Amino acid sequence: MSDVSMVVNGRKVSGHVEDRTLLVHYLREHLGMTGTHVGCDTSQCGACVVHMDGKAVKSCSVLAVQASGSEILTIEGLAATADADLHPVQAAFREHHGLQCGFCTPGMIMAATDMIRRHPEGLDEKTVRAELEGNICRCTGYHNIVKAILAASEKMKGMAENKETVAA
Amino acid sequence: MGVEGIGARVARKEDKRFITGGGRYVDDMVVPGMKHAVFVRSPHAHADILGIDVSAAEAMPGVIGVLTGKQIKADGIGNLICGWMIHSKDGSPMNMGAWSPLAVDRVRYAGDAVAIVVAETKGQARDAAEAVEVSYQERDAVTSAVDALKPDAPQLHPEAAGNLIYDWEIGNGPETDAALARAAHITRMHIVNNRLVPNAMEPRAALGVYDKAEDHYTCWTTSQNPHVARLVMSAFYNVAPENKLRVIAPDVGGGFGSKIFIYPEEIVCLWASKRTGVPVKWVADRTESFLTDAHGRDHVTEVQLAFDENHRMIGLKVDTIANFGAYMSLFSSSVPTYLYATLLSGQYNIPAIHANVRAVYTNTAPVDAYRGAGRPEATYLLERTVETAARELGLSPAELRRKNFIREFPHQTPVIMNYDAGDYEASLSAAMQAADWDGFEARRSEAKSRGKLRGIGMSCYIEACGIAPSAAVGSLGAGVGLWESAEVRVNAVGTIEVLTGSHSHGQGHETTFAQLVSERFGVPLDSVSIVHGDTDKVQMGMGTYGSRSGAVGMSAIVKALDKVEAKAKKIAAHLMEADEGDIVIENGELKVAGTDKSVPWFQLALAAYTAHNLPGGMEPGLKETAFYDPSNFTFPAGCYICEVEIDPDTGITDIVQFVAADDFGNIINPMIVEGQVHGGIAQGVGQALLEGAHYDDSSGQLLTASYMDYTMPRADDLPSFQLSHQNTPCPSNPLGIKGCGEAGAIGSPPAVINAITDAIGTNDLQMPATPQKVWATIRSATRH
Repeated sequence: MSDVSMVVNGRKVSGHVEDRTLLVHYLREHLGMTGTHVGCDTSQCGACVVHMDGKAVKSCSVLAVQASGSEILTIEGLAATADADLHPVQAAFREHHGLQCGFCTPGMIMAATDMIRRHPEGLDEKTVRAELEGNICRCTGYHNIVKAILAASEKMKGMAENKETVAA
Repeated sequence: MGVEGIGARVARKEDKRFITGGGRYVDDMVVPGMKHAVFVRSPHAHADILGIDVSAAEAMPGVIGVLTGKQIKADGIGNLICGWMIHSKDGSPMNMGAWSPLAVDRVRYAGDAVAIVVAETKGQARDAAEAVEVSYQERDAVTSAVDALKPDAPQLHPEAAGNLIYDWEIGNGPETDAALARAAHITRMHIVNNRLVPNAMEPRAALGVYDKAEDHYTCWTTSQNPHVARLVMSAFYNVAPENKLRVIAPDVGGGFGSKIFIYPEEIVCLWASKRTGVPVKWVADRTESFLTDAHGRDHVTEVQLAFDENHRMIGLKVDTIANFGAYMSLFSSSVPTYLYATLLSGQYNIPAIHANVRAVYTNTAPVDAYRGAGRPEATYLLERTVETAARELGLSPAELRRKNFIREFPHQTPVIMNYDAGDYEASLSAAMQAADWDGFEARRSEAKSRGKLRGIGMSCYIEACGIAPSAAVGSLGAGVGLWESAEVRVNAVGTIEVLTGSHSHGQGHETTFAQLVSERFGVPLDSVSIVHGDTDKVQMGMGTYGSRSGAVGMSAIVKALDKVEAKAKKIAAHLMEADEGDIVIENGELKVAGTDKSVPWFQLALAAYTAHNLPGGMEPGLKETAFYDPSNFTFPAGCYICEVEIDPDTGITDIVQFVAADDFGNIINPMIVEGQVHGGIAQGVGQALLEGAHYDDSSGQLLTASYMDYTMPRADDLPSFQLSHQNTPCPSNPLGIKGCGEAGAIGSPPAVINAITDAIGTNDLQMPATPQKVWATIRSATRH
């Protein structure tokens, strides 16, 4: 058994877990945060993507003890980072019908948010499709997910530019 | 059309919870005292169980109980059944072998459940499952249906001699043989429809809770049809009477057919909860899903299509062997018969058709309905054969199809179906125009200059949805009726709840169904809530599959709305002292036509519940129930065109454009309908290019049991799709809806393979067209 402590969505948490506990199971079973999903056993599907210290990780591939001392952001905390009811990526998924059953959606949105952050210059369809290699969706055929990510990327670019203009 | 009514692209009401992490799936449920289960599964494809020693497992930390097949038998839990009776052509009923929820003396596929371990944590249950000692005597296994029919094949069930479940036929054999005998040309093909694993992203799960004080069970389960699950578990598996069993299917993460069926795990979890005295939760891991979810397709077919000298189709003869796996799943028998062979006429006028289907046991996972269920198999064989025939006859694929299209409706095919409406020319023309068919040869030449092989292929599909008229399917062997139910409850403040027997697991019913109500009464979408998925809340219903929730489920809602409207108008007429026939509903008000008199909707609702001033003899309240039984199937149809570019050095196929032109009848929410088509096409392209469940022939082990081995379509395997609709309203239901859930998966595989075979210049190619297979085919074609 090991002690872990981390910051999840801005809140300090700590616990006592079996050594083999994965981050995703710590979030779901110990903290009751069930927005992060498990869709496979081999780190392929991406339903469990969260941000660890600002970067997207598959939380099925990180032990809870490895995450100890980190800052974790999950789907439940995403909107608050934009200080809005919905983060622009969440809003774009809804507007463009980028989800159906909703199971892959939290991982998709967290991966997409990270993707947009890494491409401040903007995204094109080919890049989005290549970058989504680690996230599987069975419902949408990706068509509207790609549209949603491109739209969110444009919107966030605009927001960043506005912010810079205001700051200047 | 209002901004939120029929035809509006309304963003989905249910999305907010899914995009914020607020979805509630079975694995998210926690009940007091809940413990975790892991199943012990057979590592062998075929073996006798000589003994099971659970003593070491029982002594492991955290273990609450280890239960086996002998105990479940002793407690009187029944075997799993197939609910659709098919008779062989000699009149004998299908040969169904026994399927115990936990195997007792023999296992028949790798993954067959043998025991359940319940422990404090899932990790402890998993550790203990490893410690259950099962002594097996291995038998020879057979995984291919063709091999299983051979005289010396290993035998699975004593009830099914030669592994044959049924030998069934449809159509007119002598007439078809006569057509073949007088044909000017016959196209013959050997068609394999590859076995697929449905792979809903949410793995199957069950949470069984037994309440000893009430002698009552609750089952949370990943189901597309919770009422059917309750019915079957009560009536056939003897879990509990229906009034003592509540089944809840909360948010369900995709189904595609695989969550229609009742599996051993939910039965065993309920039973184990009573046996151990604790709530028992089981969640499949992905490999378990690969091993035990009902697979789809797996047909081997010989087909002959006969033409006269004018290129008219005169006869179609089909001989199919269908792999059923180790046990007959709930609706398995209907898939390669009435959901398959009845669609073999496609969009064409074919006067004589005969199909023979043999269903066969093998040592593989059970096979049942997967998105399209029989209709993709029919469409694939017909559309590949028609395309091949066009090449053999030297005609363009469009010309050959046009010569043979059905153009007058209703049209009675030789294989039961009576097509009620359609315009196949319209979708073909629209697709060809959208794809710039005429400009293709120039694109092919340009690709050739870059060393690439470019090809184009089409597919004209038809399917039968809106399943189904109950008396009709009853006469064909169905064990249930296929109507749907709805209850519309208008609350005293005018908000509305619709209780539907349909179930949404991604289809967006909470939005689409609400749009229907909003349109009818002029109330905001936000005032309408859709309730589904709980047998304690919702009246008996039949669930969601076969693209039936629009055509059948919403028709039931329409019937209930009709009753509500009639009563509301009576009350309004009484309040405004007007004639009932003069009352109209507009913009959320009940008005007396041609006057300025009106009652707002909410006031009318309140009047119904205060009951201070109702027409004489009228019951208070505003709530109506309806059951809708369709009078016919519906017949969505369309044309898909795929254009590919192949690198001859690597065999990699790149889909450069994909066009879909569909006729779904009337559409409530185009955005949601398009999403269904996108997803369907992705699954069809997956079947054509990437996916295939492979068993090792000798050991019977599933070689593709993870996402590292089974190729799921990823974003970079697919293009964006070009969609259009050419809708002819369905005449048989009140909304004119045909259904859209499966079309993409039905129409796309032949379009993709027709494009690839066009590019590489051979008709001999089976799915999935992996780079290795395409490369080898190109190499062998150039060698000849």
